Amino acid sequence: MSTVNAALRDQVDRMERARIRRRSRFVLTDEHVTLSHGSGGKASRNLIDGLLLPALGTTGHDGFEDAAVLPVAAANSRLAFTTDSYVVSPLFFPGGDIGSLAVHGTVNDLATAGAMPIALSLGLILEEGIEVELLRRVMDSIRAASADAGVTIVTGDTKVVPRGKADRLFINTSGVGLVKPGVSLSASHVRPGDRVLLSGSIGEHGIAVMLAREALDLEADIRSDSRPLHHLAAAMLAAGSEIRCLKDPTRGGLATSLNEIAHQARVAIVIDEAKIPVRGEVRAACEILGLDPLHIANEGKLVAVVAAEQADAVLEAMRATPPGRDACVIGEVLEQPQEMVVVRTEAGGSRVLDMLAGDPLPRIC
Amino acid sequence: MTDPHGLRFVDEYRSPELIRSAADEIARRVGDRPLKIMEVCGGHTHAIYKHGLEDILPPSIELVHGPGCPVCVIPMGRVDDAIAIARQRDVIFTTFGDMMRVPSSRGSLLDVKAQGADVRFVYSPLDALKLARQTPDREVVFFAIGFETTAPSTAATLLRARAEGLKNFSIFCNHVTIVPAIKAILDSPGMQIEGFIGPGHVSTIIGMGPFEFIAAQYRRPIVISGFEPLDILQSILMILGQRERGEVAVENQYSRVVRSNGNRRALEIIGETMELRPFFEWRGLGFISYSALKLREEFAAWDAERRFHVPGVRVTDPKACQCGEVLKGVIKPWECRVFGTACTPDRPIGTCMVSPEGACAAYFNYGRYSLVSRTHARARTAS
Repeated sequence: MSTVNAALRDQVDRMERARIRRRSRFVLTDEHVTLSHGSGGKASRNLIDGLLLPALGTTGHDGFEDAAVLPVAAANSRLAFTTDSYVVSPLFFPGGDIGSLAVHGTVNDLATAGAMPIALSLGLILEEGIEVELLRRVMDSIRAASADAGVTIVTGDTKVVPRGKADRLFINTSGVGLVKPGVSLSASHVRPGDRVLLSGSIGEHGIAVMLAREALDLEADIRSDSRPLHHLAAAMLAAGSEIRCLKDPTRGGLATSLNEIAHQARVAIVIDEAKIPVRGEVRAACEILGLDPLHIANEGKLVAVVAAEQADAVLEAMRATPPGRDACVIGEVLEQPQEMVVVRTEAGGSRVLDMLAGDPLPRIC
Repeated sequence: MTDPHGLRFVDEYRSPELIRSAADEIARRVGDRPLKIMEVCGGHTHAIYKHGLEDILPPSIELVHGPGCPVCVIPMGRVDDAIAIARQRDVIFTTFGDMMRVPSSRGSLLDVKAQGADVRFVYSPLDALKLARQTPDREVVFFAIGFETTAPSTAATLLRARAEGLKNFSIFCNHVTIVPAIKAILDSPGMQIEGFIGPGHVSTIIGMGPFEFIAAQYRRPIVISGFEPLDILQSILMILGQRERGEVAVENQYSRVVRSNGNRRALEIIGETMELRPFFEWRGLGFISYSALKLREEFAAWDAERRFHVPGVRVTDPKACQCGEVLKGVIKPWECRVFGTACTPDRPIGTCMVSPEGACAAYFNYGRYSLVSRTHARARTAS
């Protein structure tokens, strides 16, 4: 009897050990994402614990709770909170991919509020059938971009939708950041007489994505400018107390950001076409395609409105950081004509710079 | 735009110093004797506003924006026909981006796309042909628009389709020709145009010969012009030169591109695939005889008008819209009663407000500032 019991106990122990081992070692062996990976069951755990969490540098046992709890210890600081969804096509383009973009875009939205990012969330919507290898590459890029930006991903969610109901991979990231006491950035602070500063050359992201699509048989050495900007913003805020507002000119380009400022502050903005840095390849592509670089998206540029007397100091601080190396003053704020952006052309005339009515480049971010 | 290396073939024609001196010379030579010039081509209208050239020209030079904007001259009924084709089962309807937003009597192609029709924008008819090859079980239709500039690429596409024996591809042909439109303007009552900045791209194809009648019969100078600021200013100087010498002639400012005989091969393939329609309606200008192209009988198999049922009904332009008067240069865009109020690039009523080459869109997008600042200046003087 006892020998039988002992053998049975051994057998049960071995099974239990194997079960625990399996539980702590989820492995994703599939080559494609299937609907079962979004079921919330075992396949989901294989995807999350076997791929997504390790790719972010964490493992199953110290993985995510349903909500992340973050310590916030800075007295008088305020929280900045933002969200953005990424549907860029193609997923990979020169200078970045949907993963790095999802990190930079949200970090930069926080930066424009003058906030230091603390944590991001990561929401993935996967189309049934996408390659696991592709997902792994995107996750690696997310980890590299968040490590580079010094921000942690603390919570996440994954859904799988049937083939044809999404285009391979969509990402949503939300972010929280801390705003130091005394920092208050808003276009409503902008006053006539202020100066408009731009951190570098425009149009690279939009054109890089556009050329990465097969539809255009154009080749050029243009890389997306996608990069985190919160250190640049912090350097600017340290150099000047009279920064009125910061914007990152993404979709709709510099033209849209300037129009938003002009509308919100009920002022006119006048910029000098000759002072706006545009790389030769971007200019050439825009000439061929009939686009205006002022309408093309950026993912690594800041535009700032600064009190005139501090413009030089802020400009110097910008130029001392890598993303602001080519920063320059591009224009000024006037009282009239209200809510209008005007370009002084290189030819010596002027023209109105409006937001675009249509969308020449859908799905660039 | 700052760019240490510069862009060849572009920057030379945008030099601020040369532009300044050309504008000064125009001011000196025009004196106080006004000169009303029509730029025929929408590309010129766009360039004039994009570079703010009206600001640097003396007030004696008045620029009138002509009918050479391909999107602007398409009448509403043709957009209705396009939509009827786009709505048919199995059709992939392809078009240049600008046409997507042009209103028909019931919505635009963009609206129809949102309702489920498969409408896609392409950069070239050859892209549409490629799509037809890739989707043999669908009917791919290309909405061909434009003057002689774009007609050769449609013709080349047709020849390619025939050579490949493609059966699921067709062209909805709306090509128009520039000369009858200029003639219609010259014949219109109250016409005050004293000279023309001629269409550079069209002339690349048709050469200078077809414009001779403007000088010979109507005694007006015409200078075929490039599209950069210095091209346009130099063309104005050449028109002034003719006035000073008491001459009228067809001159070619754009000689770096335009040959006096045009492009023979391009003309041949247009002639091989297309023929003149006895009449065609132009938006705002009405019916003009022999002013548009249709596919020849031999290409009936690729002619969307023959392969699909289209209503082919003439639709009256909205009452409020004055595109016709704008296209004829009778009124300035901002003199239209709906300009900038009911009609804006976001919600266009007329075609001139849709294309970036349309006079109204160019004026709304780029030119409003001079209008606003002039009005402000006047208000200040008055008060």
